[in-house]
Amino acid sequence: MYQFNWRPVFDNFDLLLKGLGLAMAIALLSLAIGSLIGLAAAFGRTQGPHPLQWLTAAYVELVRNIPLLLIIYFVYFGLPLLGVSMFDNLWSFVLALALYAGAYLTEIFRAGIAGVEKGHIDAARSLGMTRLQVIRHVTLPLMARIVLPSLGNTLISLFKDTSVASAIAVPELTYGAIRINVNTWRVIEVYLVVAALYLATCYTIAGSLRWIERRWAIVQ
Amino acid sequence: MDRAPLGNCPVMPLILAGLPLILQGLLVTVTISLAVLLLGTLLGIVGSLSLLYGANVLRWCVRIYVDVCRSIPHLVMIFAIFYGLPALGLQVPAIVAGILALGLFCGAHMSEIFRGGVESIPHGQMDAAKSIGLTFAQRLRQVIFPQALGRILPAWVNTAVEIVKSSSLVSLVSVVDLTMAIQQIVGRTREALLFYAVAAALYFAINFTLSITGRRLEKKFAHG
Repeated sequence: MYQFNWRPVFDNFDLLLKGLGLAMAIALLSLAIGSLIGLAAAFGRTQGPHPLQWLTAAYVELVRNIPLLLIIYFVYFGLPLLGVSMFDNLWSFVLALALYAGAYLTEIFRAGIAGVEKGHIDAARSLGMTRLQVIRHVTLPLMARIVLPSLGNTLISLFKDTSVASAIAVPELTYGAIRINVNTWRVIEVYLVVAALYLATCYTIAGSLRWIERRWAIVQ
Repeated sequence: MDRAPLGNCPVMPLILAGLPLILQGLLVTVTISLAVLLLGTLLGIVGSLSLLYGANVLRWCVRIYVDVCRSIPHLVMIFAIFYGLPALGLQVPAIVAGILALGLFCGAHMSEIFRGGVESIPHGQMDAAKSIGLTFAQRLRQVIFPQALGRILPAWVNTAVEIVKSSSLVSLVSVVDLTMAIQQIVGRTREALLFYAVAAALYFAINFTLSITGRRLEKKFAHG
């Protein structure tokens, strides 16, 4: 019979809390960088010249069909072998996750752009706005509300994906669990606590996003 | 030691030397994915039926299972099962631990997909089938399921893509799947660009075929 002993886990709880904080920071940062990639690619794909449309489509399809772990390995182990060694493990992971998220965000923003009524854009154009002004003052603010729920879901996915950073020893939550497990061998306790932390964080993110969505909603 | 520029390095012999390990890894990846999908589909059938028609207690248990699985990273579950089962006195090979962990997630996901598919069928269908005297199993098999298939199949295929991608995580508990095979070869040959490209191409070939099939099915059933 397995004897529970929670003491070693709670003695090292700061390791888990720090890991949780780092995981959240990585997820937010990747979402931010990924959103920039996604926005650029989405506008490139919908309004850019043909080669650019083709290129963004290739990026989206490629990234969405290969494992995140492979992208991480490519950035962390592959780039230095190719002579690019400016990223440590943390930044390699952020870059990999941002590239990965960017592909999904491209599709989200593309749907957002498609969701903006064409009449608004025509109206703005007829006022004499340039294409960039239309994007900045009309398309972006209108699509923000459309994409918000999907952005929230992406943030939750990214937060869960940060666990893969333990593969290259980034000291996030899952890595904390591995460390505690190796040092104390309280495997069941550690993973129960870590699972609870992930669960609680996911629900907190989901709850906050619903609250923001309600605040932002346009009363129809 | 200086690396030879890629243009000069003999690419074909390198790939040929790595080929046995790559194919072996590919086979493991495909096997894991199929096993996970099988386990997930079975769990999904049981789970969705429990969610739809189960007694309250059962429905709550399955709901908790599904919601918990949605909020926990796949890797955490893989580690928990891989290290946890031996601690409980159950020795299982790493590949089995990986299949169990991913299968649990797949089952949770499939439960929701199947439930959604069945719920998209109007209630009148079930009542009509009941009124002509079909048993519960007959109603499900002959009336509800064929109609729900159009909703279920595209989502099922999209889940398969996610499973093939997630299967790479089992390499972190020392299973020599495609990702691990490539890691070993890159470690040996230092030809990162070449072999990561090979791995990406293989994953892409499997998943893009699945994605295209999923989109075709979506279109087919959307108009049908």
